[in-house]
Formats: sequence, structure tokens, C-alpha cells
Amino acid sequence: MRVALFATCLGDTMFPAAPKATVQVLERLGCEVEFPAAQTCCGQMHTNTGYRKQAKSSVRTFVDAFADYDAVVAPSGSCVASVRHQHAMVADGDRTLSRAVERIAPHVHELSEFLVDVLGVTDVGAYFPHRVTYHPTCHSARLLRVGDRPLRLLRAVRSLELVELPAAEQCCGFGGTFALKNPDVSVAMGADKARHVRETGAEVLCAGDSSCLMHIGGLLSRQRSGVRVMHLAEILAATEGADR
Amino acid sequence: MPAFPQAAKQQLANAQLRHNLADATSTIRRKRADVVGELDDWAQLREAGAAIKTHTLSNLDTYLEQFEAAVTAAGGTVHWARDAEEANRIVVDLVRATGEREVVKVKSMATQEIELNDALRAAGIDAWETDLAELIVQLGHDAPSHILVPAIHRNRAEIRDIFRREMGEVGTPAPDDLTDDPARLAEAARRHLREKFLRAKVAVSGANFAVAETGTLVVVESEGNGRMCLTLPETLISVVGIEKLVPRWEDLEVFLQLLPRSSTGERMNPYTSTWTGVTPGDGPQSFHVVLLDNGRTNALADEVGRQALRCIRCSACLNVCPVYERTGGHAYGSVYPGPIGAVLTPQLRGTTSEVDKALPYASSLCGACYDVCPVAINIPDLLVHLRTRVVEQDRGWRSTPVDVLMSLASWVFGDAKRLAAAQRVASWSRKVIGRKGTIGRLPPPLSRWTDARDAPAPAEESFRTWWERNRGGGAR
Repeated sequence: MRVALFATCLGDTMFPAAPKATVQVLERLGCEVEFPAAQTCCGQMHTNTGYRKQAKSSVRTFVDAFADYDAVVAPSGSCVASVRHQHAMVADGDRTLSRAVERIAPHVHELSEFLVDVLGVTDVGAYFPHRVTYHPTCHSARLLRVGDRPLRLLRAVRSLELVELPAAEQCCGFGGTFALKNPDVSVAMGADKARHVRETGAEVLCAGDSSCLMHIGGLLSRQRSGVRVMHLAEILAATEGADR
Repeated sequence: MPAFPQAAKQQLANAQLRHNLADATSTIRRKRADVVGELDDWAQLREAGAAIKTHTLSNLDTYLEQFEAAVTAAGGTVHWARDAEEANRIVVDLVRATGEREVVKVKSMATQEIELNDALRAAGIDAWETDLAELIVQLGHDAPSHILVPAIHRNRAEIRDIFRREMGEVGTPAPDDLTDDPARLAEAARRHLREKFLRAKVAVSGANFAVAETGTLVVVESEGNGRMCLTLPETLISVVGIEKLVPRWEDLEVFLQLLPRSSTGERMNPYTSTWTGVTPGDGPQSFHVVLLDNGRTNALADEVGRQALRCIRCSACLNVCPVYERTGGHAYGSVYPGPIGAVLTPQLRGTTSEVDKALPYASSLCGACYDVCPVAINIPDLLVHLRTRVVEQDRGWRSTPVDVLMSLASWVFGDAKRLAAAQRVASWSRKVIGRKGTIGRLPPPLSRWTDARDAPAPAEESFRTWWERNRGGGAR
């Protein structure tokens, strides 16, 4: 199957391990992965902060880059939710752009959705002998309704011990520019999330969004907690004998 | 009143407050989830609730006129108030006409919104709140912190101290040996209020619903104080927001299921009072409805924003909001706190003041509020809509530093070559930062991140460069 990877601006610039791992998992499952080089960003930061007009450049590069594909995969629930729920809003009033958005948006999938629903796979052949806890990021859980797909994928990973995260459904407090506009509330929310993560005794906190992991990981790192944060894709890409 | 970020910071420093709030909201969240889970048709009820309200708001002019005619036919009088000032003047004049100097009050958000108690006091009229939590707030010279549980920020010991200190100043004092036992606190409140119920000749209420076809007002409550106020006095004045209308009596079937389950986590509220005009020899003999606009028609004019007027003030969104849970209601600087306040207040008051401009940003957009809203108000989308309004109204010849950064980022994201160039600059910054991969301190405004969190350094090699190197042939 021919699949286009949407690396996301954050994954491309700050956390390339997540898109790289996504490529590895997809190729292992027999997909032919392409990276349309014209891609940039989903525009969520602009849209969510109120800069809707400025989000248009991102939406335009997105539809231009992915117009020819019937399957687009991104390692970010948040960015996929932005494509599905916000691109039409941003394109409103621009008929050409609206039509392009309407065509491509249904073909854009978050990684766990794509693996479970489109490829029909839950065991991706991964091996990861560590104690892991999973944070269901808000946009994956509430906008995309990925449900237990990531958990089913994690449970199928050999030697992985999955431990439940208390109050898992509560927001970590990242919220895009919320983290900068309301830093005190953001940190208070994140501190509770980090405390819950530490309570599980997990070695690794896993999630489907690098952005939330950047926030929670930043707190765990400041606290010298020793807990690592890893994107779901990185765990699914791990195999026996590989250096992790 | 400082804007939300500063006000929230002050509230976050209060450990007792955070403890009280976390305790109260998690209990009520659990109760709500349990009773909502009992109904297999919750999704349909929610859809029906949203549909009835949407229909009513689309035909509000018709239903308001129908309501006025029905109230008048039943022996009541309808007054129209454009804003808070007009509503307060109407109520003050009505009370003055009775010759009375005090009123008892049923808990009401509309009268909080227009600050009626202050207007009455200025006119020499005492207004006594009779809802237990409102009484605590009033006696404590405090402001409500929650729509449904105004004294949610207070614990029992604080309430005991307020009762002991204040009750004697305005009526029946609290017993000297009052403890913080809930039954003893309730008893003290009951004795204090009884004197006022039996004496008052005028009552002021709001309404949870107003039925257009019958001219009926509905109040739901838990303590029976509302029932006392609505039946004992001679004159009853109800201040009702125009969005409270429902077309038909049978519409209450939907809302009397949605409201108690969403608000208090109960299957049914203990007291449901309905009244229509006046009945000779039974209940108040003089009845007035003040229909309040106060910004509601402005909200109605906004195609996206108007859905906030569907709100039935259940406060489920407050109880589930992680931001509210940590800051409490006072930080919002509005009678309507939490997620619904963050979308309703800027529509009612506009977005010119610093407080109102900050409200749409007082959310991490986690979406939990939308999931629990019994009338399916898409609060996250509304927040984004209002943020756009705030940004666009600020435009002009002057740009803020954020405007400049956002425009620059927009330009970078407009072309992959520009993004690749920006990534090269970012990865050079690693040389300055060091090879560790994390950053402990950044300059303002990014210090807002690094004050409490480590930041990642940009990757040594961007994904696109890695792809070029490894899969170069496959790239397009």
C-alpha cells in the first residue's frame, strides 16, 4: 500500500524519532512510504490561538503536498484532528481550498487508527521489555475517539508491561500556546500528570502526541524523575536486538 | 480585577482552595458519570435538548411574544429590560411600590449577573439570599465561585466561622457552640432563614425555564428555600434571561432529566416548582417577570456564538474542567466561570477589556466540557472562534510581538524550503545550547516554558534531512 507520511512540523523539527519510527513500522508492515517534501505544518497553532487568516498558508501547503494520496498517516492525534476539524473552518470562503480540504481530510489518519482500522493489524511485531504507562492525549481521545486502539497495539508488544495511569483522561495542560499564555495553570496541570506517571512506577511514559510528551517530559526531566517519554511509534518500532 | 493568567496564579497559590476544589469536583464528576450512565437514551436526550433550544433561539421573537401574552392572560405582568441597569431599576421600582424594605431571594444567576443585590442596597432595600451556599457567600462578603455550588471554595470550618461571626449582624445569630458538623451548620442556617421567610412580603427569583405556551416559570432546587420564597410572599418578581424559554410544557420532560443528572448528579432534583400567573387566595397575588437581554441579542446575532445561549446552567463543564479545578471561579472575573463562562461572558460583555480578552484563552482546549454538556455546546470550537475575534479586533496599524511572530511563522509554513531553512537555523542553536538535548533556561517569553519545565533542543538533524539522506530517491 502506498502511504504518505505527514511528519508534522514538531516531529520534523524537534522530535524526528517519531516520524522515523512511523516509517519503520509502516515499512515493516509492507507499506510503501513516501514523504511529500512540500509539506510543512497543519496550522493548528495559528488556528487555536485565533490567527485564522495566518493558518491559511499551512492549510494550503498541506493540501498541495497531499492532494495525490489516498492514505496519509501522521504520528499525532492533535494534528490529524486539526486536519479533520479545523481545515474546513480555515478554508471557509475560499472555494478552491475548501474543495481540496474536503477531498483530502477523510484520508488522513492518526497512526493507531491507520494500523488497526486500515491495515487491520494490532500485533506489529514489536519487542520492548519495559514497564510502560500510556497517556491518552485529549485530541486523540476526545476529537478522534481513537479509544483503546493504542492500548491494543501496546498489549501486543512482546515483553512490554503495561501499567494503568491514574486519572489518565485528564488533560496534561499543554494545550499549545496555552502553555505560554497561562504558564502557571499549565504547569499545575502538568505537575499532577507527572505525579500520576511517577506513581505508576513506569520506566516509560508513552503517548501518541509529541507535543504533550514535550510538556510532561519537560516536567519529569526538571524533576530528575528518570522516567523517559516515548512516542507510541517509537515503541511499536522497537524490535529484539535493536538498540533502544 | 487582573486578567485570567494573573488571577489564576494568585488562586493557584492557595493550597486549601485547590484541595477543596479537587475534592468537590471529583466527587460530583463521579456522581454525574454514574447517573448519566444509567440512561440508555442519554445521547438522544442530549440531542433533543440541543434541538429544542436551537429551535427556540431561532424563533425567539415569536416565543417571547407568546410567553408575554400567556403571562398577561394568567394575571402576571411582563417587563422588558435591555440591560442590567434597566432590569435593576424595574425591580427596585416594583419593590418600592410595595412599601417594603427587604426581599428574600431564590438563588439566581441572572440577578447575580446584573448585581441586583447591590442595586437594591443602594435603594435602601435588603436582599436576603436563602440558598445555603449563596447565604454563605453573602454572609462572607464574598463572590460565588461556581454556578451551582457558589461556596465550593469554602470548607466546613470556614463556614462555621462565617456563621458565628456574621449571622447575628443581620438576624438570628448562630448558636455559640456551633461546630463544623454539616447537620449543625444546616440547622443554624435554617433557623436564621426561617425568620426571614416568615417576615418577607416580597420575593425575587430567577427561573430555570420559561414555558412560552403556558407562561409558566420553573425553578428546580434542592433545599426547599425556593419553594418557601415562591409561595409565602405577597409579591413575586422573577428576573429571567430571554434565552430561558422553551416552547411547550412537554419540553420540560427533556430538560428535567438533563439538568439534575448533569448538575448535581441526581436522578431528579428534590424540589421542582412551577408557577403560572396568580391564583386568588393561593401564593403571591402580585407577579412580575423581568425579561432580561443584557447582551443576549448580541450573542444571538453571532451564528457560531449563539449556541452558548443553549446553556441551562448545569455546571457540568465546570466540574470536569481541569483549568477550573485548579483555579476556582474567582479567577475568571465573571459571574459565569469555567468553560461556559469563558465563552458566554465575552459574548455578553464584549471583548474590549483585558479580563474579557483573556477569557477565551483560559482553556487548554482538552474538550472534556463538550463531552459532558447536556445541550452539546461545542465549547472548544467556540473558544477558538472567540480567540479569532479577539485577535482580529486587535488588528490595526499596531501589531503585538505575538502578531509579528505568528505572521513570521505563517510565512515559514507557507513554503517547505523556508521551513527547511528555519530548521537549519534551529539545529545550529544546539551548538550554543550544548549537546545534552535539553534546555533549562530560555529568554522571555519562552522563559514561561522553562521556569518550570525543561525544553527539548531542536533535533541535530531534521526528519526531512534524514529522509533525504536515507530515502532520497523516494522523495517527491
